[in-house]
Amino acid sequence: MGLLKTFVLGGIHPPENKLSAGQPVRTLKVPDQVVVPMGQNLGAPSKPVVKRGDKVKTGQLIAEAGGFISARIHSPVSGTVFKIDQVMDMSGYRRTAVIIKVDGDEWMEDIDRSDTLVTEINFSPEEIIEKVKDAGIVGMGGATFPTHVKLMPPPGKSADYLLINGVECEPYLTADHQLMLEKGAEIIVGTRLLMKALKVKKAVIGIENNKPDAIRQMTELAAKEEGITVQPLKVKYPQGGEKQLIKAVTGREVPSGKLPVEVGCVVQNVGTTFAVYEAVMKNKPLIERVVTVTGKALSNPSNLKVRIGTPIKFLVEEAGGLPEDTGKVIGGGPMMGKALATLDVPVVKGTSGVLLMREAESHRLPESPCIRCSKCTQVCPMGLEPFLLSRLSRMGRFEDAEKEKVMDCIECGSCQYTCPAHIPLLDYLRLGKNKVGALIRARSKK
Amino acid sequence: MNMLTISGSPHLHSDNSTRKIMFGVVVALLPAMLVAVYYFGLGALEVIVLSVFFSVFFEWLIQKYLIKGPLTITDGSAVVTGILLAFNVPSNLPWWMVIIGALVAIGIGKMSFGGLGKNIFNPALVSRVFLLVSFPVAMTSWPKPHPITKVLVDTVTGPTPLGYIKEGLGAGKTLSELIPHLPSYAQQLMGQMGGSLGEVSALAILLGGIYMLWKKIITWEIPVSMLLTVFVFSGILWLINPQHYMDPVFNLLTGGVMLGAVFMATDMVTSPMTRGGQLLFGFGIGLITMLIRVWGAYPEGVSFAILLMNSVVPLINRGFKPRRFGKVKAATVK
Amino acid sequence: MNHIVIISVVVLGILGLVSAVILYFVASKFKVYEDPKIDEVEAALPSANCGGCGYPGCRAFAENATKSASKNHSLEGFFCPVGGNEVMQKVAGILGLEIEEKDPMIAVVRCNGSYAHSPGKVKFEGVTSCAFAHALYAGEGGCQYGCLGLGDCVAACEFDAIHMNPETGLPVVSDKCTACGACVIACPRDIIELRKKGPKDKRIFVSCVNKEKGAIAIKNCDVACIGCGKCEKVCEFDAITITSFLSYIDFDKCRLCRKCVEVCPTNSIWEVNFKPRKPKVIKEPEKKETAKKPEAAKKPVEKTSVAEKSVNTKKSEK
Repeated sequence: MGLLKTFVLGGIHPPENKLSAGQPVRTLKVPDQVVVPMGQNLGAPSKPVVKRGDKVKTGQLIAEAGGFISARIHSPVSGTVFKIDQVMDMSGYRRTAVIIKVDGDEWMEDIDRSDTLVTEINFSPEEIIEKVKDAGIVGMGGATFPTHVKLMPPPGKSADYLLINGVECEPYLTADHQLMLEKGAEIIVGTRLLMKALKVKKAVIGIENNKPDAIRQMTELAAKEEGITVQPLKVKYPQGGEKQLIKAVTGREVPSGKLPVEVGCVVQNVGTTFAVYEAVMKNKPLIERVVTVTGKALSNPSNLKVRIGTPIKFLVEEAGGLPEDTGKVIGGGPMMGKALATLDVPVVKGTSGVLLMREAESHRLPESPCIRCSKCTQVCPMGLEPFLLSRLSRMGRFEDAEKEKVMDCIECGSCQYTCPAHIPLLDYLRLGKNKVGALIRARSKK
Repeated sequence: MNMLTISGSPHLHSDNSTRKIMFGVVVALLPAMLVAVYYFGLGALEVIVLSVFFSVFFEWLIQKYLIKGPLTITDGSAVVTGILLAFNVPSNLPWWMVIIGALVAIGIGKMSFGGLGKNIFNPALVSRVFLLVSFPVAMTSWPKPHPITKVLVDTVTGPTPLGYIKEGLGAGKTLSELIPHLPSYAQQLMGQMGGSLGEVSALAILLGGIYMLWKKIITWEIPVSMLLTVFVFSGILWLINPQHYMDPVFNLLTGGVMLGAVFMATDMVTSPMTRGGQLLFGFGIGLITMLIRVWGAYPEGVSFAILLMNSVVPLINRGFKPRRFGKVKAATVK
Repeated sequence: MNHIVIISVVVLGILGLVSAVILYFVASKFKVYEDPKIDEVEAALPSANCGGCGYPGCRAFAENATKSASKNHSLEGFFCPVGGNEVMQKVAGILGLEIEEKDPMIAVVRCNGSYAHSPGKVKFEGVTSCAFAHALYAGEGGCQYGCLGLGDCVAACEFDAIHMNPETGLPVVSDKCTACGACVIACPRDIIELRKKGPKDKRIFVSCVNKEKGAIAIKNCDVACIGCGKCEKVCEFDAITITSFLSYIDFDKCRLCRKCVEVCPTNSIWEVNFKPRKPKVIKEPEKKETAKKPEAAKKPVEKTSVAEKSVNTKKSEK
């Protein structure tokens, strides 16, 4: 198996630590109150269409899309809108959110809540896209790009490949893995729906080789379908990155600053694919998702199915309670996730995991001088020179950083992970991207 | 509960560290060190110990009293410099010259640029060249290898194979007259010949090199391109006139080529950052080494070659960029 | 021996002559006419090259100012914040124009969320850059409008006029400030504002930029402006406006009567460089606010004593 496909440039292999692997997905009970932030997707935040005191049912629309690149939001519970207020979300900032007091669990009538598998597709591509849009589906791998936008390639461009991202290259996370094991058949139907919507003939499900059971099951299921294949991939971070996955599976390279559709590829996460199945076949909007709750000090690392808007502390309680030794709480995986200031923030559509780090693991080591070992350059999957970019950024030479393609950085953190001098490379790269972005905006204004 | 920490991702770090790299290099240097002690006896050990001790000592002194910055002697870089300096001098070098060497290596070669990571030239080589120019006699009197198992006698000095050839050719002798007096390839491989104490055994150095490759401390580009250049260049000359030029294997095994290729040229701080740059860097060193060996005044030129190429590393870094993801096709799209 | 010397001298002499002739023609061919006034103006400028005027360096300012003066006969929009009126009068003199005087300005830090007032709830680790931390989270104290305390303003200052106070974690502006505005641009949270220096350096301002509802603001920082509106009511000169729970004092309208300072329940309005109040005045707020806030009486005194040392102080009460 030494010749497994993978992407070419760079990459690392951090310890996998998939503590919750093999844990069946448990459904978390609905909390007393949910907080549904309006900014759950990349692009414009959604606009609430309910007001204080309104009665809502589970699955009822509570916010409209706030622009073209935006998504609808539905009530994940039934109850009363308690208030619309500024509440801290995963970004660390207080932003508009709809707070709903839960009362029972009454669903919208048109939602099919049964577990029966529906395989017959009686929809046109336009109808599928419309349903995906109505259900407010966004990329559930973490990027939260509205899915219906991805399904509508810009004029003049068309896709010929659909890639289903079952890589889950982030250490610790197992939500996608477990979903493939338990909802494999549904994911296959979701894949067919996406293929039809995109009018493509070929779909490849990419799974890393550390999930042999998922590869086996998905291969068996895909064998019955025309055009769907499963591609086992060598374990290498950040293979779950869109550009890296496309390179690994098809050998195509997305040009710098362009979208994947440029090379005829559309990538969807397995979680998203499952949500598409539910939205189209069961009329169920995106109101719950599987979240991995994990950590070395946690007594019961789990994969939980939770309603959007559930505070993270409920998830941690379910997984064994917050360990005394916790020094850092991360929303997402350890490589790209965001450190949280409090456990009160709610689960959103893009929350793939909650990771608790022990106090001893939570701190960075003191920085020492760069010894120019060029390891950061060797591991960068985008072929950048992080040592140079971080230095330019530290010196405030942002024009030069732009020329050195700082905007191509996908913030995977491989450079910082590998740096023997413990330099916070990605911090500086982010700062550089931030400032260069401002420069570009200022230029386009002129 | 603890106060939570907020920081940017990634929240994981490999167990890699500067200290780990430096001590990896020290481990890789051990075989060559053992060979040196075996052939050159306690004199070699004395030079190594003095060099390491004073390298660390001078670094501490300068950091503590001149720069007044944080002390970083525990990162192991001064230890590596000390060993490499010792490897580049004869085993019978007077003790005070070793101390001067350590002062030059650390004081001028490293700390004057601002310390670890900021120096342009390999500190050990700066010091070696300084010693060579300042004390030419002491630096070119090579004790003959003399296995430690035999009784220690007064050190007998003699030239290195390279020096012997250069002198002989200069005196108008032909190679066929000179070659019988040289050590055999097997002896050269094991290190039974005159030379600086760490450079004699190609085998021990290669062992260290393989260890460093395995531990991912170095990459293959620089050593391979340098050795290949030396091999090809001397091979062409040898094919043209085997009576005047030594064969390529001889050129690889003698002098500082092996030590230079594996330990000196691969020094992270003073070598290029990208694959293409590293290949060019190795090629340049090989080429300059051979030019000096064949047409220069010195019998050996690895130190000069590496220092010369060190000086163009910033330029190489500018010219050689890694292959950027998505760059090739961007041109065709536009 | 002698002829070697002669040949060397002759050859070098000819070489020099030929080069001189070439240089002469090249220099006259590529000569660019430049208004001599530009040099004069540049010489009058403080050559701080801070960019505070909006031009990249003093030379660019001199070029543009000279151009504007000869074309439009005005220096509208040109002001050297470092040199101030004195330098601008000189520049105007050189260019043969007359200009109005501008009020001297100073940078004012409008946040008082010190370690004591806005205690840290989380710990930040990473590069010491406000721009980076701003993109990452709300801040250690939890206020998403407040000072992050990582010193981007300090780094931006060319005049050594702004420093971090290690006790409060807030920047302090000293009288070296030239109001060039570099810190205003550097602050990702728009906390620093250029305000009128005021007569005898006296000024009053709201030391808070938090636009959240009072309840949330006060939860993160006990000296936050809660938008209660007391200051707006008490002001006789319409200088105070409240927008989204935040009070703002217009420094053009403010007459420095200090009434707003007395009524502010969270002590978020600051007076700088005023003499200590007479005992009579101190008692009044004490009566009004009863014994609830004993520090209200203490503070103005302490504030002024600190303010006497340096012009604009972030107070040091703990």
